[in-house]
Amino acid sequence: MEINNEKQLNENIDGKTDFKSVSKAFARKYGIVLILLGLFILMSVLSPAFLKTRNLLNVVRQISVIGLIGMGVTIVIITTGIDLSSGSVIALSAVIASSFAQKAGWEAAMYPGLAGKLPVIVPLLAGILVGVLCGFLNGWTIAKFKIPPFIATLGMMTIARGFALLYSDGRPVSSLTDSYNFIGQGELLGIPFPIIILIAMAVITHIMLNNTKFGRHIYAIGGNEQAAKISGLDVGKMLILIYTYAGLLSGLAGVVLSSRISSGQPGLGTGYELDAIASAVIGGTSFSGGIGTIWGTMVGALIIGILNNGLDLLNVSAYWQQIVKGLIIVVAIILDERKNR
Amino acid sequence: METDYILMMENITKVFPGVVALDKVKLNVRKGTVHALMGENGAGKSTLMKVLIGMYNPDGGTITFNGEKVEIPNTSTALKMGISMIHQELSPIPYMAVAENIFLGREPVNKFGLIDKKKMIADTEKLFERLEINIDPKMLMKDLSIANTQIVEIAKAISYNSNLIIMDEPTSAITEKEVEHLFKIIRGLKEKGVSIIYITHKMDEVFKISDDITVFRDGQHIATVPAESIDKNGLITMMVGRELKQIFHKEEAEIGEVILSVRNLSLAGKFRDISFDLKRGEILGVAGLMGAGRTEVMESIFGIEGYDSGEIYISGEQVNIKSPKDAIRYKMAFLTEDRKKTGIMGVLSVKDNMTVASIDKFKKGMLLDKKEINSTCTEEKSRLGIKTPHLNQFIKLLSGGNQQKVLVSRWLLTTPDILILDEPTRGIDVGAKAEIHKLMSKLAQEGKAIIMISSEMPEVLGMSDRVIVMHEGRMTGEFLREDLDQEKIMKCATGNLN
Repeated sequence: MEINNEKQLNENIDGKTDFKSVSKAFARKYGIVLILLGLFILMSVLSPAFLKTRNLLNVVRQISVIGLIGMGVTIVIITTGIDLSSGSVIALSAVIASSFAQKAGWEAAMYPGLAGKLPVIVPLLAGILVGVLCGFLNGWTIAKFKIPPFIATLGMMTIARGFALLYSDGRPVSSLTDSYNFIGQGELLGIPFPIIILIAMAVITHIMLNNTKFGRHIYAIGGNEQAAKISGLDVGKMLILIYTYAGLLSGLAGVVLSSRISSGQPGLGTGYELDAIASAVIGGTSFSGGIGTIWGTMVGALIIGILNNGLDLLNVSAYWQQIVKGLIIVVAIILDERKNR
Repeated sequence: METDYILMMENITKVFPGVVALDKVKLNVRKGTVHALMGENGAGKSTLMKVLIGMYNPDGGTITFNGEKVEIPNTSTALKMGISMIHQELSPIPYMAVAENIFLGREPVNKFGLIDKKKMIADTEKLFERLEINIDPKMLMKDLSIANTQIVEIAKAISYNSNLIIMDEPTSAITEKEVEHLFKIIRGLKEKGVSIIYITHKMDEVFKISDDITVFRDGQHIATVPAESIDKNGLITMMVGRELKQIFHKEEAEIGEVILSVRNLSLAGKFRDISFDLKRGEILGVAGLMGAGRTEVMESIFGIEGYDSGEIYISGEQVNIKSPKDAIRYKMAFLTEDRKKTGIMGVLSVKDNMTVASIDKFKKGMLLDKKEINSTCTEEKSRLGIKTPHLNQFIKLLSGGNQQKVLVSRWLLTTPDILILDEPTRGIDVGAKAEIHKLMSKLAQEGKAIIMISSEMPEVLGMSDRVIVMHEGRMTGEFLREDLDQEKIMKCATGNLN
């Protein structure tokens, strides 16, 4: 993203264009991409199955959910906040959306009278609205009661999970319509639909962050909240909008995930918020605020996706996978020179 | 004769990527003297001090301390050798007691290896008694005023019993009276043979306290002279490398109608019964000591803090300003005194910092017109002479003066009629200071009204058309330009009104 990374590059090139400083600046700007490339090459060498188109599309399909909530948490972290509730909001959105997308004639349908009759837009919007509502409540408690975002979203994490279990009575909401399943399983021009959703949302969010007043003001709040207030920004209102947008992305992610597996389960998305936060941080988002990009987070999500996929292909035990993933997160950030500023 | 020197730094060189911060500079400090280190911001003073206390490793040169050649790889080595420093940026640990802050990292322990709090407090009391400081060692740092916080930092530096103490702008937050107190402490230290390196922008202090003066400019050593052999103008000439005929760029502006009226504004515990008028084309100086409530009044007017009673009128109409957003809508601007805390957004670009308050101007539909932003910022950059390699630079990497110019430009882009400038030239170098003064004059000539809070008497005298003085939350005096008198203002500021 131009503003927040190019400056790093220019800064060094500006004075003297000797090779050392240019390559250092290059490593600083694209270090995370180099790590991604390295990982990619390593996996291709270690496992012949990795490079198959089917597998690669699979990787991206798998990260589409983490990618969506990763964008939300990136924006939130830029304002020095955090969102721990995204995984649970996915579950709540999934069970509610699914309940409006059950096939006609399914005897266990939650709303037998509606089953099969609603157009796909209804469950889609229902899922998104659930996310918007949860996000709004996050933002509202943070802005209104000045509660630390960590606490507010921790509360929402538990509450949303509880509601998901309550709503579904702890059982999967299944037998979903084909049109609903298309969202997570369909293809357009050979490209899986979730990937199209991910890319579309990434482009929209990127433009919002860089080319709109709202986006620039998000960075301003993260850069110095007090100064932002004095510059006339309505920080409270903005925080509500920011968390609402993050909630919207979680709601959408819930729809994508439940339609991909054709089932809205109350246990979906457990721990996803941590992968999303990891993606953002690997991608260069700074917990001190004011710094972060969507493309960085996407690269971060890809790194996590390739790791998950690659370790599966290599038959690494699930226990070891966790350890390796944790180590790579920490090492990636140590290697990322942006952190050593 | 060499043994007369406690410190000899010779040929010190420090190179950062693209910049030679120090170019074979020297600094020789005699035992038991106060050595003032002067120079514009960016001259290399702070860099040299960071080399001295081990925060930077020099790329060349030698350091001789107490007659011995030494290497100082880190700050703890410097402290052990007997070099301590009062940093310009105060860094108290807010929820720890004064005594804990002073003994941080060298807490006395009892035989069980636990911290001996009693001894720590007793030692702090002893230290404070010796320095005639009246602060309770058990108080939490967060409950101290800024002035007292700075005094604790000073006491802490002294408590190391160092042979050499570096004081970087030690008086930036304390009142005149406390400056006198500090000078008394310094004289006491001198008698014991302790040497002081004193960094400040305040000329008066330099001539009052220092024995020798060293001047740096652009990373080079310009001169070292005995303080009595030089005067203010000579010193300024050395610092900026050119004769400044006129320090204050005050130009006549046509005074127009009243644009802002404040009547009986009060806020419990902060200020009472503040009333004044501000006219177009006028620079209204607000003088007073630290803690007089000047900033608080302006924060209330600008909608940052509320107020209990009183009225505010803009162009004759009563207004109710509830937030800075409202204030900006009424064409007000507020350059705050604490650049780092309430001014700059450090990790954001110069461009983002400049446009944050006026971004509505650049909207084209839902998106921002980036071309327009770029061209406006480029114009501002050259208009205000902002020195930055490019507009995408992190603002925190700019010098203080340039940061301040970016902030001034942030407010000018909102096209304000009323500018409140709180300590507009604090901590910035002489050159940038003059440029900001010049700009203020120009803005007044354009018919804008300016309120300037300043703790620097010469600035108040030099720039104001009218001055109001505050003391402990009340207005204690008002003077027209022709009646301005340093002594009278100081009397009002200290509350000696007879």
